[in-house]
Amino acid sequence: MADITTTFRVNGREVTVTGPPFRRLLDVLREELRLTGSKEGCGEGECGACSAIMNGELINTCIVPVLQAEGAVIMTVEMLADTPAGAAVQRAFLEHGGAQCGICTPGMIVAATWVAQHQFRGEIREMLAGNLCRCTGYDLIVTSVEAALNALAKDGSRE
Amino acid sequence: MSNDNPAIPRLDGHDKVTGRAQYVDDIHMPGMLHGATIRSTIARGTITGITFDPALDWSGFTIVTAADIPGKNEVLLLTTDQPFLADGRVRHHAEPILLLAHEDREMLRRAAGAITIRYREEPACLDVRQALRPEYLQHGTDNTFHKIDIIKGDVDAGFDEADLILDETYETGAQEQAYIEPQGMIARPSPEGSGIEIFGSLQCPYYVVKAVTHLLGIPVEELRVVQTTTGGGFGGKEEYPSIIAGHAALLALKSGRPVKLVYDRYEDILATTKRHPSITRVKAGATRDGRLTALEIDLVLDGGAYVTLTPVVLSRASLHASGPYEVPNISIRARARLTNTPPHGAFRGFGAPQSIFAVERHIDRMARSLGLSPLEFRRRNYLKLGSVMATGQVVRDDIDMHELATTVYERLGGAAREAELAAANAASSHKRSALGFAAFYHGAGFTGSGEERLASQVAARLDGDGHVEILSSNTEIGQGTITIFSIIAAKALGLDPSEIRVAPPDTARVPDSGPTVASRTAMVVGWLVQQAVLDLAVKLAERCSDALRVVAPESLRGDTFRRAAAQAVESGCRVVGRSKYEKPAFVEWDEVNYRGDAYATYAWAVYGCEVTVDTRTFEVEVTRFVANQDVGGVLHPVLAAGQIQGGVVQALGWALCEEVVYDKGAVRNAALSTYVIPTFVDVPPIEILFATTPYEFGPMGAKGIGELPMDGPAPAVLNAIAVALGAEPERVPCRPEYLMLLADPALADARG
Repeated sequence: MADITTTFRVNGREVTVTGPPFRRLLDVLREELRLTGSKEGCGEGECGACSAIMNGELINTCIVPVLQAEGAVIMTVEMLADTPAGAAVQRAFLEHGGAQCGICTPGMIVAATWVAQHQFRGEIREMLAGNLCRCTGYDLIVTSVEAALNALAKDGSRE
Repeated sequence: MSNDNPAIPRLDGHDKVTGRAQYVDDIHMPGMLHGATIRSTIARGTITGITFDPALDWSGFTIVTAADIPGKNEVLLLTTDQPFLADGRVRHHAEPILLLAHEDREMLRRAAGAITIRYREEPACLDVRQALRPEYLQHGTDNTFHKIDIIKGDVDAGFDEADLILDETYETGAQEQAYIEPQGMIARPSPEGSGIEIFGSLQCPYYVVKAVTHLLGIPVEELRVVQTTTGGGFGGKEEYPSIIAGHAALLALKSGRPVKLVYDRYEDILATTKRHPSITRVKAGATRDGRLTALEIDLVLDGGAYVTLTPVVLSRASLHASGPYEVPNISIRARARLTNTPPHGAFRGFGAPQSIFAVERHIDRMARSLGLSPLEFRRRNYLKLGSVMATGQVVRDDIDMHELATTVYERLGGAAREAELAAANAASSHKRSALGFAAFYHGAGFTGSGEERLASQVAARLDGDGHVEILSSNTEIGQGTITIFSIIAAKALGLDPSEIRVAPPDTARVPDSGPTVASRTAMVVGWLVQQAVLDLAVKLAERCSDALRVVAPESLRGDTFRRAAAQAVESGCRVVGRSKYEKPAFVEWDEVNYRGDAYATYAWAVYGCEVTVDTRTFEVEVTRFVANQDVGGVLHPVLAAGQIQGGVVQALGWALCEEVVYDKGAVRNAALSTYVIPTFVDVPPIEILFATTPYEFGPMGAKGIGELPMDGPAPAVLNAIAVALGAEPERVPCRPEYLMLLADPALADARG
């Protein structure tokens, strides 16, 4: 298949990449754009370590072909510190032991930030069930996300 | 929980939450090639030919075979039976045969499909029960990797005294570590001339040094091994990284360029080591009043195709096989044998979960047969201060297991909750709920004289800013090594943990403080960290005293230490604090006869849970879980909680859902969609309690903690299932299909 050119915004920056149309977005982010915060844990959309936010949706970048990113607005873990929700989630993970080995952490934090930004109400465990962690047993992640949501509610700002 | 240790944020946390931490696959080097491993597609046989499809242009590839190995084609560990690359013969599916490197990963994928390997197949042993059959002979005289016999008293006499004798067999399956970061290494020719440098995801840098220098035939000075941020290990990155490091090094040597060899999930599950499957027969005798008189245990581990760490796994399995009970007569007979599946190796718990599962299931069945509650039967038999264990070791811990158990029972609601569940079970057409328990200990540090043989060393120096730098080969793999070492050093010197630097494990800089395994890092190496920084203070006082005008090292704490350190750095007085492992005087171990102090100390625990089984689908839901343990001093309450909760959930996976499916010796479910590990919604919150009886040779009283939580959940959950269903599950993983078959006769009876 002929190479295609795809243009999209990542973390506020417009980028244009050329290559096979079904190249995984994860590979484009990691190898071409050197945004290595998104991790590959399974390669089949099962573990969530490669999570990013595309056009407001939480996605697994390992199962999104780059052609689907045409014109999209993408946010990866590298940008989260610049958003109130992302920063609050990162702080809470640090304070409450939400990260251990850290490999699932970027994806987990992206997913938790997406939850926080959308002001979802409900079971944190249900909302994060697309992300796997093998270190924590999940409790300290739940504690961290609860703390972040509480802090954000207090601040009254979500974006 | 008594604890005055602060829960400072983990010191490696910032890089991890921002995505900045550099794992091996995040590292890019100029001119770097990608590597790939071509593996066997059969379980056992002889390689009769290898063909490279001439339609592909092979000129851009680096190709390595066994013939390219400059040193010995042996993965040097406990023994040398495993080759880095199969040389003519294949002993398991996914065994490495050829290595390729290329600039383009897509080309590697194409090349893998353009290589044909032909074999003459031989009969493969795919069931450890058949390992003794002559057509399967591939190791020694009978395929036995290791044997251990432990005898205390006279079991025959013990069974003569018994009013009840129960004899049953239990099985456990393989388990994948499933660290979320797959394994990987980068090797490159040293930029400073001769030698090789290796960077990667690993637990034990000096294991890699030992194996790869043997492979390349080079002196240790010519190999540098550096750990990159490591995304989980659980034992899976104890021995296998040596193989990947060797492969990457061979490709780097031949190509003269950096080579990255990172597995995807499929290759990782297909090829790397897993927990040893086990078959354990337990025969126990007890008097009518509930005293155990004899315990006879016959344990077989499936070692897979090569020895790897199997003898030591068998050792730990044996030494935990009789449970936390004082039994006058014990016989433990343990064997590990070859099969033609990929080798099994280190995994958190290291044999103990297998044998503890068997004995703890059995104790519950004994209790029921005697008409005693499981906790009451246990109460009559627990080890306590002064008790004699299977090896003759006298318990030195003042431990009250029944108190741990009572607390768990009460937390779960006690007798009132059991009555509620009984009533709810009677009222429900298909929900059956019950409580279940397991009691156990876990030996901390290497077994027997292992720590003496390791003779671990730690160093401490002042960096250019007057900060204390800790030099050790122990790795941060998520469990908190960096934070824990900083807390220990800071406490010893009256400093803040932020003033301590823990050097990255780089064998060009750090001494060999042993592997990061066996629940030894905090307890054994942490103690050495404490001794090393105190030695640094002594040397500062002695050797730099002219400049410092300080003579009493014990006064070198806090601000005094800060001033002294700053002056020493300024005046150029360089000192290095050092420590080396010395066994506690009371430890005596007879390796030949398996007598004496198997471990210097033990962590003790009782776990309990409530489960609900749906008798239509046989799904099991664990609705409560309480983990109560005495691990000595708790160094950091949040990290300790994370260790216990993570271990419990990993064990719940082993107990209920994680099944490695083999087909002709090949793993069929090598993906996270088919090898299912627990998610957020599969497990309840894990409630934790710590008793903190200090251990005199542990830093701040700490004992090992990492492996303990792997031991108890499986028997606790299956004990609860047994009560709920009125049937006795005897294997893990205990999946719905298995439970349905187990319960079917009972259901048939109930229907009349």
